[in-house]
Amino acid sequence: MSLLEMQKVSYQNEKKLILQEISLKVAAGDFISLVGPSGSGKSTILKLCCHLLSPTQGKILFKGKDIKQYNPLDLRRRIAYCAQTPYLFGETVEDNFSFPYLIRKQKIDLARVQTLLSRFNLDGKILKNRVQSLSGGEKQRIALIRTLLFKPEILLLDEVTSALDVANTELVEKEIYTLNQTGMTILWVTHSPEQSRKYANILLSLEQGKIKTREVLK
Amino acid sequence: MNPGTTISISSLLIASSLVAISLLFSYYQKLGLEKETIISVGRAIIQLVLVGYILEYIFGQKNPVFTTGLLMIMTFNAAYNAAKRGQNIKRGLLISFVAIAAGTIITLSILLFSGAIHYEPFQIIPIGGMIISNAMVALGLCYRRLSTDFMDKREEVETKLALGADILPASIEILKDSIRTGMLPTIDSAKTLGIVALPGMMTGLILAGVSPIMAIRYQLMVTFMMLSTTAIASFTACFLAYRTFFNQRKQLI
Repeated sequence: MSLLEMQKVSYQNEKKLILQEISLKVAAGDFISLVGPSGSGKSTILKLCCHLLSPTQGKILFKGKDIKQYNPLDLRRRIAYCAQTPYLFGETVEDNFSFPYLIRKQKIDLARVQTLLSRFNLDGKILKNRVQSLSGGEKQRIALIRTLLFKPEILLLDEVTSALDVANTELVEKEIYTLNQTGMTILWVTHSPEQSRKYANILLSLEQGKIKTREVLK
Repeated sequence: MNPGTTISISSLLIASSLVAISLLFSYYQKLGLEKETIISVGRAIIQLVLVGYILEYIFGQKNPVFTTGLLMIMTFNAAYNAAKRGQNIKRGLLISFVAIAAGTIITLSILLFSGAIHYEPFQIIPIGGMIISNAMVALGLCYRRLSTDFMDKREEVETKLALGADILPASIEILKDSIRTGMLPTIDSAKTLGIVALPGMMTGLILAGVSPIMAIRYQLMVTFMMLSTTAIASFTACFLAYRTFFNQRKQLI
């Protein structure tokens, strides 16, 4: 049984048809790269998987059960999504890390936060920094850490290295690969052909809302 | 009562020459406002005369059921108008009605309990009118803010939903801002009371011969009731309305 499965999923917004009959199986432990030109529907696939959107046709199954049968909050905590443009809220970096704890009625685990900060090459002092003072690359890594605080089962990543320099891109890629090695399933959208083949075991290319090719890499 | 508490028809006619001044200005300066001025003055005369007679009739009715019925009609009209400001808010009319009614009932009950007013039409109707119209304006502001914020801050709400937040924590900042927007004009006007202008109610009482010290008491009561009404109505409306921006699956529509 697949961990996550899309069955002939189509999605249409008020203006146009974005995805057409997408069928996709994600097994536990997969590292899937999604590539394709802008507007081909990559981000929409991720949003459908974490149930921020519902398909207009077709079904999405998580562990064999239609995701409509899950509590949406519980589902989004298990299938975490990190958006392309990192949106940081509140005043300081710490506000962003305390939010996931707050909604679970827990106190912030600063030790866990510090560990993740250092793994992503960020200084612990950044917690007190104001959100507006951060660089694009810092914002992107903070948004990623915010998603990882509670170890989701599936991680959906939307071009999370687009604002990073070469060194930090490599570091983030390696960290994500490490997460995958420890059992986290990864579905990641990328623009770079080189990046898409580096760690993934499956490469999917999208064009005009359809899956064009499916390549098994490993 | 002081002399000059009543105004004779002849005094009113002489005072109407003030309209002529406005017309002359418009004519010589080619403002093109003559027609509109005449229409507006005509409407003011007809509407106020009608309202005068209607109020005279209403105040004569001592039946509390009648007074309550009238308050409900006023609330419905205000709700209808407020709902027009939030056309993308589903069930806007019902939400507005509940919010305005809540603000009005709670505020009027406290005023009645304190003995500041009695359930007499000549007190309940004008005071109810002030409360209801104030709540209506506050809701209009709340809805505008809610609608624009749910459009402009879509990313923020979706980011929070994606982190596993329920719809309330995901939109609490928008709610707070909207409630604030609804309440601020009332708070601001309370701040400048007596400094920028003497409020209408106080001016009316003073003109009617009531001593300023007494008029102040009424004005303070009005200020308190406006603050409570806008707070209750804005809070109720925003908390009921924000849900309509989400579907059953807790997705932003």
